[in-house]
Amino acid sequence: MEDLIRYAPDLALGFLENIKLSIVGAITSLILGTILVAMRVSPTPVLRVAGTFYVNVIRNTPLTLVLAFSALGLSDQLGLVFSAEPRINSFWIVAMGLSAYTAAFVCEALRSGINTVPLGQAEAARAIGLTFMQSLRMIILPQAFRAVVAPLGSVMIAMIKNTTVAVAGGFAAESAANMKESFDQVGASIPIFLGIVVAFMAVTLPVGWFTGRLARRLAVAR
Amino acid sequence: MSTSVLFDVPGPRARTRNALLTVASVILVGAALYGIYSGFDAKGQWRAEIWQPFLEWETWEFYIFPGLLGTLRAAAVASVLALVFGAVFGLARLSDHRWIRVPAGVVVEVFRAIPLLLLIFFIFYLAPAVAGPGDYTFMAVVVGLMLYNGSVLAEVVRAGVLSVAKGQSEAAYAIGMRKNQVMRLVLLPQAVTAMMPAIVSQLVVLLKDTALGYIIAYVDLLNTGFKILPARFFGSLIPAAIVIGVIYVALNMALSFLATWLERRSRRSRKTSAAPIEPPGQPAIGAGAGTGPQGGGVAAGRGME
Amino acid sequence: MHMRRAGALLSVAALAAGLSACGGGEQTYATVADKIAAGETIVVGTKWDQPSLGLKMGNEPEGFDVDVAKAVLKQMNGGKDVAVEWKESASSNREPFLQNGTVDIIFATYSITEERKTKVTFGGPYVVAHQDVMVRGDDTTINTPQDLEGKRICKAAGSNSYRRITDPPPDGELDLDATTVDAANYSECVQKLSGSNLDAVTTDDLILAGFAKQAQQSGGKFKVLGQGFTDEKYGVGVKKGDTKTCEAVNTAVKALWDNGTMKTLLDKWFGGIQGLKLSDTAPTPEGCA
Repeated sequence: MEDLIRYAPDLALGFLENIKLSIVGAITSLILGTILVAMRVSPTPVLRVAGTFYVNVIRNTPLTLVLAFSALGLSDQLGLVFSAEPRINSFWIVAMGLSAYTAAFVCEALRSGINTVPLGQAEAARAIGLTFMQSLRMIILPQAFRAVVAPLGSVMIAMIKNTTVAVAGGFAAESAANMKESFDQVGASIPIFLGIVVAFMAVTLPVGWFTGRLARRLAVAR
Repeated sequence: MSTSVLFDVPGPRARTRNALLTVASVILVGAALYGIYSGFDAKGQWRAEIWQPFLEWETWEFYIFPGLLGTLRAAAVASVLALVFGAVFGLARLSDHRWIRVPAGVVVEVFRAIPLLLLIFFIFYLAPAVAGPGDYTFMAVVVGLMLYNGSVLAEVVRAGVLSVAKGQSEAAYAIGMRKNQVMRLVLLPQAVTAMMPAIVSQLVVLLKDTALGYIIAYVDLLNTGFKILPARFFGSLIPAAIVIGVIYVALNMALSFLATWLERRSRRSRKTSAAPIEPPGQPAIGAGAGTGPQGGGVAAGRGME
Repeated sequence: MHMRRAGALLSVAALAAGLSACGGGEQTYATVADKIAAGETIVVGTKWDQPSLGLKMGNEPEGFDVDVAKAVLKQMNGGKDVAVEWKESASSNREPFLQNGTVDIIFATYSITEERKTKVTFGGPYVVAHQDVMVRGDDTTINTPQDLEGKRICKAAGSNSYRRITDPPPDGELDLDATTVDAANYSECVQKLSGSNLDAVTTDDLILAGFAKQAQQSGGKFKVLGQGFTDEKYGVGVKKGDTKTCEAVNTAVKALWDNGTMKTLLDKWFGGIQGLKLSDTAPTPEGCA
């Protein structure tokens, strides 16, 4: 128990980084995922192919590799630098990699949501003269989003947990890396492990509960 | 809904617009790809000598294949265990007995909420205290994967069983089947078909997650291919990342294709079994059509008769 | 159908049995020295990603640490070869691997420090390295370790070399205001050095020399400053409290220095590298308390 108390400030600071990563990741991956799904259903074959290719590649690559490639390839080699301060730079590199990875899953969730929208909706939208972008924006996506609130919730929960892989992208200030460091110093400590687990559950369980509730409230009655 | 419903057959103006959009997107995508290409080129990442190692058998024999084997071994063992774990806990959560249902629910919820990386790491550290000294890297990776993915699969199993129409179990009870018979003979066989896509996509996740073993130096594809190989062949880091990435993508896509194929096959067989009016010879024709190159099968076969 | 189900059940049972067999079941020995005497296979932890020290070449690692491990074990076994299973032990895995019994003995650029002595028993040291600095070949701004002020240096997980730069004594040394860049290990540090986010890698000269030598062979340009400013006593890690093995290691190391084996091995792996000063006398043993 004293181990937990001794390392609590470090771990709490680390966990704060997990939360910050999660927030940035959630926002960017939702935006990016929406763009991707628009590409995948667009009338332009090139965009469709590009979107499909991106999703299939990213979705089937381990996050560890995506993050490592972002850090070692995009940042170190291509000079994609967000900040001169290494720690801030690696934070954004990881946030970027995490968003790029999660966006593929957001896109897939949304696409299955689009599949739940009845054909008649799209046909009616066309019949009243809406363009592709208009029908997507005003008719299809709003209904698709409502249908996939719960799956998107699971994607977000997975992403929150995935922030623990950040060290693969050279960002070692978060709680998993802190835990590893503390274990290396004092050996395995059940209180430390449970402390972090409880912290994660304190975030993921409400997200799951909230999105579940929201899903029921927003469900389109058909 | 097929995507083509989202837009009309384009008229002249729309065609011009689409053509313009196509050109614009080709330029955009091309520019992005060229940006990456030339960026790496400027840093000499396409030099032949750093790609050379991947043309040599030794590289594959001593670095990539042993790692791939480690990945597949962990994934295979963990998959089987996770499926068993998922089936047991998924069904336990459906139990009529509170004292089974509630603990099973707690186990599933807890393991779903723990970041897998931490779980693997913790098991690795804790195992010697419980089971004496030894090499626990493989065990920790496999057990971690089993607990997490098993918990997700438990939810899949539960949802699958619940998705079977209520009339099925009611009918089974009505003809005097016992609880375990209803589950075993009526609900599960139908649920498995419904669960198939979800199960396989979870197995893809499991396969990818073996890469988390790096934290305890488990010898997997990521470890040998991305950490040791670039140390052996200086400068080959980016090529290694690309080669390893391609292998992972190919592996997972193959698994996904297998899933689609299995799903199509089992859905077709369900169709035949769910139509009891069919003449007894029908399933044979169905199966025959299934082995043909054109998967469409049953209905066409019937039409030809 | 029943056959298939039975087969599935059988394979699950086999898997479970195989898994539990991983746990234990073999005879345990009180000390590694006893295990060697009994003719068992010894699990040796080395680096697998450090050129000239421990680098996986083919099925087994090669390098100075690996050769020393073979020589020491052979010496401990009265001149007979010992069957060895090599196990990768990254910097951050060394203590847990010894504590868990994942490995029996570690030869992996393992500096003896007071902090580590609380968790590991060290035999040796078998060689003394010196912390040094490696920079890009065309870098003219860093010529002494003191020039690292305000620069970006690499912090490899589980290694504390960076503290010698950033912290004051007793934990550190130079107390400079340098920024650390996190990396998983030193080979990643060296990769990063060829990129744009890192200015210098600072750790033991033997490690750096190995990387510099390898990079040179494939056209990479790094230079080691050749101004070591600490003594890093490379020890042989065994499980905490295994003094019997530790004593045996010390005897073996002394014998290997006396008969010239160590010098030969040092020359074999590090001979002819510019700026690297190799010691030719045996380091003072630390004792196995």
